[in-house]
Amino acid sequence: MMNTFSQTVSDASPDELISAAQQTTGILPGISAKVRTRDINVFYGAKQALFDVSLDVPDASVTAFIGPSGCGKSTFLRCINRMNDTIDTCKVMGSIQVDGRDVNDKAIDPVVLRASVGMVFQKPNPFPKTIFENVAYGPRIHGIANDKQGLERIVEQSLRKAGLWDEVKDRLHQPGTGLSGGQQQRLVIARAIAVNPEIILMDEPCSALDPIATAKIEELIDELRQNYCIIIVTHSMAQAARVSQRTAFFHMGRLVEAGPTEEIFTNPRDSRTQDYITGRFG
Amino acid sequence: MTEHTVRAFTEELEALGADLNRMGGYSEQALSDAITAMARRDAGLARTVIDGDKKIDELQREIERKIMRLLALRQPLGRDLRQTVAALKLAGDLERIGDLAKNIAKRALTIQEFDPIALTRSVERMGKIAVTQLKQILDTFASHEVAGAVSVWMQDEELDEHYNSLFRELLTYMMEDPRMIGPGAHLLFVAKNLERIGDHCTNMAEVIYYLETGEDIGTDRPKAVDPAMPPLPPPNSESSK
Repeated sequence: MMNTFSQTVSDASPDELISAAQQTTGILPGISAKVRTRDINVFYGAKQALFDVSLDVPDASVTAFIGPSGCGKSTFLRCINRMNDTIDTCKVMGSIQVDGRDVNDKAIDPVVLRASVGMVFQKPNPFPKTIFENVAYGPRIHGIANDKQGLERIVEQSLRKAGLWDEVKDRLHQPGTGLSGGQQQRLVIARAIAVNPEIILMDEPCSALDPIATAKIEELIDELRQNYCIIIVTHSMAQAARVSQRTAFFHMGRLVEAGPTEEIFTNPRDSRTQDYITGRFG
Repeated sequence: MTEHTVRAFTEELEALGADLNRMGGYSEQALSDAITAMARRDAGLARTVIDGDKKIDELQREIERKIMRLLALRQPLGRDLRQTVAALKLAGDLERIGDLAKNIAKRALTIQEFDPIALTRSVERMGKIAVTQLKQILDTFASHEVAGAVSVWMQDEELDEHYNSLFRELLTYMMEDPRMIGPGAHLLFVAKNLERIGDHCTNMAEVIYYLETGEDIGTDRPKAVDPAMPPLPPPNSESSK
């Protein structure tokens, strides 16, 4: 077979599926991945930030990217929805496919891409508008809902999915920036959900939050993974262990090891992973 | 291995390893002394073993306290996690070995009242094998050599076979001379204790293998048939027809 990756789940034997689930490299043979990247190299001007990263990310699960600062995990995350396009000196090489479609295809509008590949950042960044408008903005500009009732329904559904509805339903027309940090982060997640994404990228979504707000986001991530492909960059090993099913470890611009989270945290194969997760360098 | 960025973490793990080595040393000494006490009818030595068990129990509690602290404060991962969980299990096995050695020492005191019998020597030989296995597994723990764990794991059969032949021998003696029933029964328990110590060594071998490699040692271990146990019916003897 030319390309083992194009096998669908039904083609793979149970043994192949098991071995795929236990795979400790980034590539998952025998399973159709939601995000498929091959040989990604990224340069910021003359400086190379990523080296030959090939990684598959399965759907309906949470994949955590861990690694020391500057290891390239955020750069890699930003390749998936072409956020790196916004940096002039940044050059991305290699193949990135979402559902089998090349995201760097000229025919793909990055704005449309970013609706289906939503992103949540470290610092909550609600628009300086009302809570309602924060969520309604996306569906309106993408033409997902045009009439008032449709829009209200989407806002309510998105806020409910983000676990925020009960806390804000009586003050939908107050500014989103007036919410607490944890509420703002859930508002931003509701905003991402409102445009029917398939993938949600989260870049250290809890690093500015207290433990209770963090627990609420993690609970939310766990619920959302039923329906979305979620990738989370985190500096907290404990958080990666708590929320993810697969973990990928990056170091100095390379993907060192990827595998089932339990394996990575109990029996990592690579000594660099071992050193990092046990706090021996970083 | 390189050190943790937080040096206190490395020190705490090392302290845990040192405690286990110390506990292993005590258990080995207790077992070896209990067997000598039985073979030489040395009541003083037997009492030393019996009193010394407290020290082993205390050390186990101390190790458990340290492990709780480590889990709560350091959240060990990877090899550190395997090491911490392994320490908990190893301390449990060593504590049991200490108890069994103490029990052997108690029986050594009882057997004193009877005339010496040749069979004590067979039990002594079996005891020496158990001491060797325990020593080997403790060395494996200290040296991180996985091969030692595999070797102990495979050897358990030897101790089981020894126990089985002792069991038959002791039964024969007891049937021939009813006065032998008392000391024979005690020796039988001593042999059973030694056989259990072998099982604990096997457990420890499995734990150390997992600690060092992250893998399970496997399931295909040679096993001797225990004559005191009724044979199990074959699985699915009816449905397999």
